[in-house]
Amino acid sequence: MLRTLSRVSELPIIVKQLQKNAAQAGVAKTNNYATEATVQVNRPFKLHRLEEGPETTVKLTKDEALKYYTQMQTIRRIETAAGNLYKEKIIRGFCHLYSGQEACAVGMKAAMRDVDNIISAYRVHGWTYLMGVPPLGVLGELTGVQSGCARGKGGSMHMYCPNFFGGNGIVGAQVPLGTGVGLACKYKGNGGMCLALYGDGAANQGQVFEAYNMAYLWKLPVIFVCENNNYGMGTSSERASCNTDYYTRGDALPGIWVDGMDVLAVRSATEFAIKYVNEQGPLVMETNTYRYSGHSMSDPGTSYRTREEIQEVRQKRDPITSFKELCIELGLITTDEVKAIDLKVRKEVDEATAQAKGGAELGLSHLWTDVYSNNLEPKLRGTNAYDIDHIQERKGVNH
Amino acid sequence: MKVSTLTRGLLSAIKSNAICSTRSHFTYYPTKLAQGVRDVQKMNMFQAINNAMDLGLEQDSSALLFGEDVGFGGVFRCSMNLRDKYGKDRVFNTPLCEQGIAGFAIGVANTGATAIAEIQFADYIFPSFDQIVNEAAKYRYRSGGLFDCGSLTFRVPCGAVGHGALYHSQSPEAYFAHTPGLRVVIPRGPIKAKGLLLACIKDPNPCIMFEPKTLYRAAVEEVPTESYTEELGKCDILREGTDVTLIGWGTQVHVLLEVADLAKKQLDIDCEVIDLVSVLPWDTKTICNSANKTGRVLIAHEAPFTQGFGSELAAYIQEKCFLRLEAPIKRVTGWDTPFPHVFEPFYLPDKHRCLAALKEIVNY
Repeated sequence: MLRTLSRVSELPIIVKQLQKNAAQAGVAKTNNYATEATVQVNRPFKLHRLEEGPETTVKLTKDEALKYYTQMQTIRRIETAAGNLYKEKIIRGFCHLYSGQEACAVGMKAAMRDVDNIISAYRVHGWTYLMGVPPLGVLGELTGVQSGCARGKGGSMHMYCPNFFGGNGIVGAQVPLGTGVGLACKYKGNGGMCLALYGDGAANQGQVFEAYNMAYLWKLPVIFVCENNNYGMGTSSERASCNTDYYTRGDALPGIWVDGMDVLAVRSATEFAIKYVNEQGPLVMETNTYRYSGHSMSDPGTSYRTREEIQEVRQKRDPITSFKELCIELGLITTDEVKAIDLKVRKEVDEATAQAKGGAELGLSHLWTDVYSNNLEPKLRGTNAYDIDHIQERKGVNH
Repeated sequence: MKVSTLTRGLLSAIKSNAICSTRSHFTYYPTKLAQGVRDVQKMNMFQAINNAMDLGLEQDSSALLFGEDVGFGGVFRCSMNLRDKYGKDRVFNTPLCEQGIAGFAIGVANTGATAIAEIQFADYIFPSFDQIVNEAAKYRYRSGGLFDCGSLTFRVPCGAVGHGALYHSQSPEAYFAHTPGLRVVIPRGPIKAKGLLLACIKDPNPCIMFEPKTLYRAAVEEVPTESYTEELGKCDILREGTDVTLIGWGTQVHVLLEVADLAKKQLDIDCEVIDLVSVLPWDTKTICNSANKTGRVLIAHEAPFTQGFGSELAAYIQEKCFLRLEAPIKRVTGWDTPFPHVFEPFYLPDKHRCLAALKEIVNY
């Protein structure tokens, strides 16, 4: 809690710093409109076992600014829609929202190349969209209909698309998997790497440390990303972790601490990390961020932190608002453009929401489809009087 | 072709039952105690478990209670207010590390202290599988009786809940039933849960109580307020009958009680309904007596068919009661698929599937 308070007290300074950065930043202009600007990242990177860190001065073009803003805003809208659908009881079961953490995913995605991969935990609606699934694919998966990216068979935590090895419902289980994806990249020599994401809660799972160790031994191109939103379910990081400097917890693995509310800082750190892991081996990247909602929909998110704390982050550190203000100040985006994007995003997500509400579920035969490849037995067991053949329908995107 | 016929069949079954199946796949049958015997209080299952842990912590000053979010009451509210009452050195949150929780609990129990550890969902127990199977279950044996972790109890929410999908719905009791050295029990409601949990806490063997999470709020009974234990290793005959023996545990018991009602009403068949209660060790004597009496046995569980605990029951019963059986033993179970998301109502061994199977063995 002490740490949280001290962080919150730093906030006004950060806002001032942001304004100062903007004022100092170099801006290239054509016809009163800036097409490119040079920006300082908000807060300095912290380094562990690294001589040099990521660039703190980064370039931002108008196209990039528009893209990142649109992406972050779309994620926010999707999550708002998901929260509402859950309250309407149209989404059932488990639903973990990413609102507040958008800059992490958008910043990492901005640095990723086509050969790169990502695997994450159960807060993956935003990543799914960024990796190429349209909003309907995300919302339809949540409502359990055919238009979902896993055709309604996975639900909130299980969304996938090429190069995105999915969300995972078991805390920490995806980290060794991501390390395996990195091993495959190295073996194939395709120049790719894998981002293995987990939260501050999962950082205490034993298998995370097993993965660090193997990745370091074999110099695998893996970036272990701890998205530290300060709370593992209902327990603050201080009360769950002996060392809350998650970027140092890889021991021999180098680490970088990044302000996860600053999309440009996350992009810069990820660019650095991608180069590093391909040349030298794995590192740990901690993106310090914040989730506005509870852990899941059954958690109001206010019993272990104050409403004021959430409100303060929303007002002073919101990744979307701060980026929008920066871009306007730099002259990269106009307020009219912001309005146009907001309208377009709202329309797109509203339409997807309506479709996700009205869509049809898969046929019942999908209960027993895709259990095995080349079905090991012709008949399904346990069905009593029903005589049911195993069905295999899909070939994975990895074949 | 077969698929579409089946789809229509199942869908019409669901439709015809729309009124009953809107909330869950079972109707709760509360256990009633003989009147005036003891002081009772109305409790649902999480309150009864809370009450049992309260008594356990009060009676045994060495007892510790821990798990993910347990300090605030746990996701299912079972440990509400216990941290306030017994202090944060006895009731506390752990980090999210199931293998660590299990190992830690075994270590505590090795010193003779009492450990009550919660694994937040049965689906998360697999990281701690090694500790439970290789450490907890074998400590006494491998040390020639010098050390044991018998004062250890795991509490683990399990089973279908209507919308849990792949990782909040599974019933892994059979994995643990394959491990000599453990006790595995599953309550069907509040009275049983309280007595079983207190028995597990006091039992000198490592115990796992799987708690059907759908019953935490749905199951309400008049529960005795005093401390009491239920005998471990014993099943309960909930309804006596002469024609068919129906065996289940946890939530499935309530499905079978309804099936017995339907069988009586529609077919004039008298079912004997047995709650197995203890999966390991299980009550071979009572089960075989019943099978010998009725000659027909139906076993139902939510876990998949192949190597579900029904397999052990069926194999044992056929060996011991072979000459008395009038029909092959029938298992009605979850299908051999991962636990499905939107298809849960079709996957579960609901009353329609159980009744259909019952007709088959009666007409065999």
